[in-house]
Amino acid sequence: MLQVENLSVSFVTRMGTNQAVDGVSFTVEPGRTTAIIGESGSGKSVACYSLLGLVPTPPGRIDSGTALFEGRDLLQLRAAELRKIRGRDIAMVFQDPMTCLNPYMTVGRQLMEPLRYHHNVSHAQARERALALLDEVGIRDPAATIDNYPHQFSGGMRQRVMIAMALINEPKLLIADEPTTALDVTIQAQILQLLKALQRKRNIGVLFISHDLAVVADIADQIVVMQAGRIVESGDRAAIFQHASHPYTRKLLHAIPTGSKPECAPATDALITVSGLSTWFGPRDTPVKAVDDVSFEIRRGEVLGMVGESGSGKSTVGRSLLRLVNVTAGKVVFDGIDVTAARNHALKTLRRRMQIIFQDPFASLNPRMTVYDTLAEPLLLHRIADRSTVAEKVLRLMDDVGLARTFVRKYPHEFSGGQRQRIAIGRALATRPDFVVADEPVSALDVTIQAQILQLMHDLGKEYGLTMLFISHDLAVVRQLADRIVVLHKGTIVEQATTEALFEHPQQPYTKRLLASIPGRSLLAT
Amino acid sequence: MTNPAVMTLAESEQGTSLWQDAWQRLRRNRLALFGLGVITLFVIVAVLTPWIAPYGYAQQNLELGASPPSAAHWLGTDIFGRDLLTQIMYGGRISLAVGFIATAVALLIGVTWGAVAGYAGGRVDAVMMRLVDIMYALPFMIFIVLLMVVFGRNMLLLFLAIGAVEWLTMARIMRSQVQTLRQQEFVEAAISLGLSPAAIIRRHLVPNALGPIIVYTTLTIPSVMLLEAFLSFLGLGVQPPQTSWGLLISYGAETMEEYPWLLLYPGIALTLTLFSLNFLGDGLRDALDVRGAKD
Repeated sequence: MLQVENLSVSFVTRMGTNQAVDGVSFTVEPGRTTAIIGESGSGKSVACYSLLGLVPTPPGRIDSGTALFEGRDLLQLRAAELRKIRGRDIAMVFQDPMTCLNPYMTVGRQLMEPLRYHHNVSHAQARERALALLDEVGIRDPAATIDNYPHQFSGGMRQRVMIAMALINEPKLLIADEPTTALDVTIQAQILQLLKALQRKRNIGVLFISHDLAVVADIADQIVVMQAGRIVESGDRAAIFQHASHPYTRKLLHAIPTGSKPECAPATDALITVSGLSTWFGPRDTPVKAVDDVSFEIRRGEVLGMVGESGSGKSTVGRSLLRLVNVTAGKVVFDGIDVTAARNHALKTLRRRMQIIFQDPFASLNPRMTVYDTLAEPLLLHRIADRSTVAEKVLRLMDDVGLARTFVRKYPHEFSGGQRQRIAIGRALATRPDFVVADEPVSALDVTIQAQILQLMHDLGKEYGLTMLFISHDLAVVRQLADRIVVLHKGTIVEQATTEALFEHPQQPYTKRLLASIPGRSLLAT
Repeated sequence: MTNPAVMTLAESEQGTSLWQDAWQRLRRNRLALFGLGVITLFVIVAVLTPWIAPYGYAQQNLELGASPPSAAHWLGTDIFGRDLLTQIMYGGRISLAVGFIATAVALLIGVTWGAVAGYAGGRVDAVMMRLVDIMYALPFMIFIVLLMVVFGRNMLLLFLAIGAVEWLTMARIMRSQVQTLRQQEFVEAAISLGLSPAAIIRRHLVPNALGPIIVYTTLTIPSVMLLEAFLSFLGLGVQPPQTSWGLLISYGAETMEEYPWLLLYPGIALTLTLFSLNFLGDGLRDALDVRGAKD
């Protein structure tokens, strides 16, 4: 149905010409899914966007290639002709359902817009069609919600709306660009299932773009692996997963989190005891109970995993332990000191001993400070180094987190996501803390980088003798590092057990559902 | 070739800060560069005026009277035979000084006030910002007139009065900037490192909020200069024999039918300055816009 041959796209800027896509060929068959896999910057999105004329030219430039769609070459079509195909015969689903819906238009109106643009239908007909589709993509009670605004839907529901919007004109080809990357694992599993079911029913071809091989393990028929603008390997799903020949594909496969921590930490006394912790936000009479009566302990030297969906309160627990939010009730005792009651000097001393690593490596570093300033700040503040020794200490820290010393005077925007996360880790470790909260430290990173950062955290945890609270929505990731796991749901603890016990014998239905949502389980088990 | 493993700080690569990045962008904007050039030139002239002015400040030539531009008096003379170029140069000193000093006062108060209010939040923020609202509601002209009547006309007072009004908007901009930045994780990281609120505001918040503030500053300077011109025009600002562009324009307007150059040249000087500052502000806004800055 879609046949792309020898596609090359480059970007011409002041800095020179950058070959983004280099001689790429692939096909999409009706009723089948072709997945394009690659890290950020591999050219996977550019390749697909250029088919629809969505790559701005200039700076973009299509150098060569053909893209036959039902006998017509998409690359040769004029803008007006392409516009007719786009949204009618070929539809798109984007990564971020938050930013792709207009917040000032009701969902219903946004759904009907493409229908009325491409076909001559009445308002009533369009509305009926929209209602039917919302029902089909699994929106509960569409008649009641069709006139709601996007912010009234959850992230997963918004992605369903986006899918309905893409399907409303009965497209023959659907291009899905990382449609589940911004979603929780449980929601991700649902959306993937939905896509597959809709595809079967309507016999449409799907071009699925992702950085994560595990995500497409259950849905792709054909897999195309891209690196630096070129295709390094392609084949059907079984061939890629079982007999990958290219080293890069093997690296991607290897990066899928599987397996667990080799040896567990020996049982020790508790470093942190949390009892009856509640953190509520908002007005006093109708509070949002982000964390509600939670009790657990973290033992000296162990990594405690904390798992839950967004909104489960897992980040709030982490911030409560560090006194970054005000606790409503309960107690957090760190090494015999009550964290919730500490003041002034006692609090500053505590802060030296407890640190945090954040999810978003773009937001967690001050853009106006060099790596040197960022790392030197905690060292000087807590008098771990003085003016004469600080430079050497900063450089040592760079060595520890695996950053070349030569980058020390660069600014955050000059680094990649993985490198920035290394800087953030360096900052957290600068004070030689006893305890670190890692709040989704790898969720924003490509899978291969994820694996590197997890390895680094494991190694440094041992070297520094760290106790860690590792927060994530992804059980597979937590499993690699954690000794024990706490499962959080709607602000309360559902289950806590050792990692092994939790994976082998989950007790609660919610835990079982989380386990079933780990992408690619079926393939990886074999 | 240095060994990377034992490399010292001095041998590392120098990074490009966002400021340098913005400067690179600004340099390609011709209009903004023109603005910057004009402002720099005017400031240099203003500083050097006592040494380079062609005539004395109060040097009259009553016999000559008002004369059109000539070889001896490039921009002509006023009705007392004073050289207009000299008058404009001295007037520029006052006008630019009012513009820059009053804006600096506004900047200092506004940035501090806004940053503290935005960072503290809650009740402190509410009280501080209500105060700003109340000040906003005061009729500005009456405020200035009252000040002038009570304390007499005086340059320093003029600076303070204008600055005291202009800081309000600055505080609001700063507060909204800080409120957004506060949510960012690097601020949380700074809190968890144990930095004091003052250090967080100084090191992490203010430098990141400066972009919009700088842009607004370049747009405040012209509005302050206009305000001074307006007050002088009304006879509330600068007092003769001291002069300013506003005052010169005011005199020129009175006699514009007989001696049009007396209005024209001070008018050009003021307009050119205002335009230049606006061009510069526009260019800075584009250059500091973070959206383009990442790649």
